[in-house]
Amino acid sequence: MACSIPLPPPGHPRKYPEMGGREGGEGWNRRQKKATPMNASADHNDALFRYLLRLGDTSHILCHRLGEWCGHGPIMEEDIALTNVALDLIGQARLFYQYAGEVEGKGRTEDDLAFLRPERDFNNLLLVEQPNGDYAKTMARQFLFDAWNLLLFRALERSTDARIAEIAAKAVKEITYHRRHSSGWVIRMGDGTEESRTRIVAAFEQLMGFTAEFFHMDDVDRQMAEVGIGPDLESLRDPWMADVEAVLAEATLDWPTATWSVLGGRHEGRHTEHLGYLLAEMQSTQRQFPGLNW
Amino acid sequence: MSPRTPVPRPKPSGAALPDEIFAGFAGAPMQARNAPGPLTEERARAVLATVPDPEIPSVMLPDLGVIRGVEVTGDAVTVRMSPTYTGCPATDLMQMMIREQLTATGFASVTVDLVLSPPWSSDDITAEGRRKMAAAGIAPPAHRATDKRHLTGTLPDVACPHCGSADTVMTSAFGATACKALWRCNACQEPFDYFKCI
Ligand SMILES: [Zn+2]
Repeated sequence: MACSIPLPPPGHPRKYPEMGGREGGEGWNRRQKKATPMNASADHNDALFRYLLRLGDTSHILCHRLGEWCGHGPIMEEDIALTNVALDLIGQARLFYQYAGEVEGKGRTEDDLAFLRPERDFNNLLLVEQPNGDYAKTMARQFLFDAWNLLLFRALERSTDARIAEIAAKAVKEITYHRRHSSGWVIRMGDGTEESRTRIVAAFEQLMGFTAEFFHMDDVDRQMAEVGIGPDLESLRDPWMADVEAVLAEATLDWPTATWSVLGGRHEGRHTEHLGYLLAEMQSTQRQFPGLNW
Repeated sequence: MSPRTPVPRPKPSGAALPDEIFAGFAGAPMQARNAPGPLTEERARAVLATVPDPEIPSVMLPDLGVIRGVEVTGDAVTVRMSPTYTGCPATDLMQMMIREQLTATGFASVTVDLVLSPPWSSDDITAEGRRKMAAAGIAPPAHRATDKRHLTGTLPDVACPHCGSADTVMTSAFGATACKALWRCNACQEPFDYFKCI
């Protein structure tokens, strides 16, 4: 899948093509302005901190999106399913945020990291911040993510960082269950009625362009891969495509035709316009009443 | 039996349960609190055996297999506990209940450490835990978490906890709590919770 063909489908917001392609245009990547770390260990810690935030943010933001379905699910069982998946994701996010706070060593808690960082400091995948849309879009988003996340966490189970390895070993059981649920819906909707098929096809067309980010490496990813903390993301591409292709085939669906793709969320905090609204809602209480407790 | 044949509804499973299942909420801890005696590991474990899973109150924490270790030094106790699911909202409550009960027993310092490794599995539920689950109308995990059926997504054969029939069907992969799925019995037509294999 090329990352350089920024042709949006009709009706797609125009800003995407400008964002796509090259990693970090001038003025965007403010993290590069950071002072050179004092020593290798501080540099390693900084990279680990940012790596953990990426893991935490992605789980956290998808959790919030799924939580938006609470009380609005198409049927009771699915309402329950999505909030259950959300619960697993917030559990995983908390473990990564707690660890990130310790690694950073500035006394920031999981709540500080969740509620008091602005949009540009969030490093979740662009895919997971996309609005829920209809149930087909929610399930397409979930399946594309679950298939990748399962491969990622299987790799993280073997991380040289014992803390990450034990979080992954725990989470991989949950993610296996998530993937089974979301793939089941993709198959049911693709091989279902004309209406469900039309919707799931449209959903994959809208979302596939965000998956380029799954496999894109930056310095932090490379640094983590070199010491065996995280996998080479590029190595997840083939097994991911094989899994997605197999499920699409069972759903009697073709690979989406959309050829545009975008990057920037996970590495640089350059987001689609949707994340700001999500954070405004999620963070409003802590912003208005700092330190408020239930 | 055709689906239209009226079937006598089974007694609500809660009514048939022995009083002992509610021990964790009231009776036993009071005795444990009031009984004088040395603060030993055995005593701490006896208290833990009266602390219920807040979401399945008939099953005590040791039955669930989440207690990983108990260490007593003088009047200080450290309990190591493993969460069932990373986001299980009952985890905080379990820690709180453990602290509360052990403090009431006389321990001056109670620490509850969460351990992730090795990860908790439904295989860790004891035989006693499975028995109490079934008595409460929840079908216990039907096979081991390492079973191939789990990996391939093939549905397990789950016996109805109400009538014992094997003619059951899953209605939802997710249930009222993170650890359960929703099933229905085709024989007695009652819905029931199934404790997921994980
Ligand atoms: Zn039955």
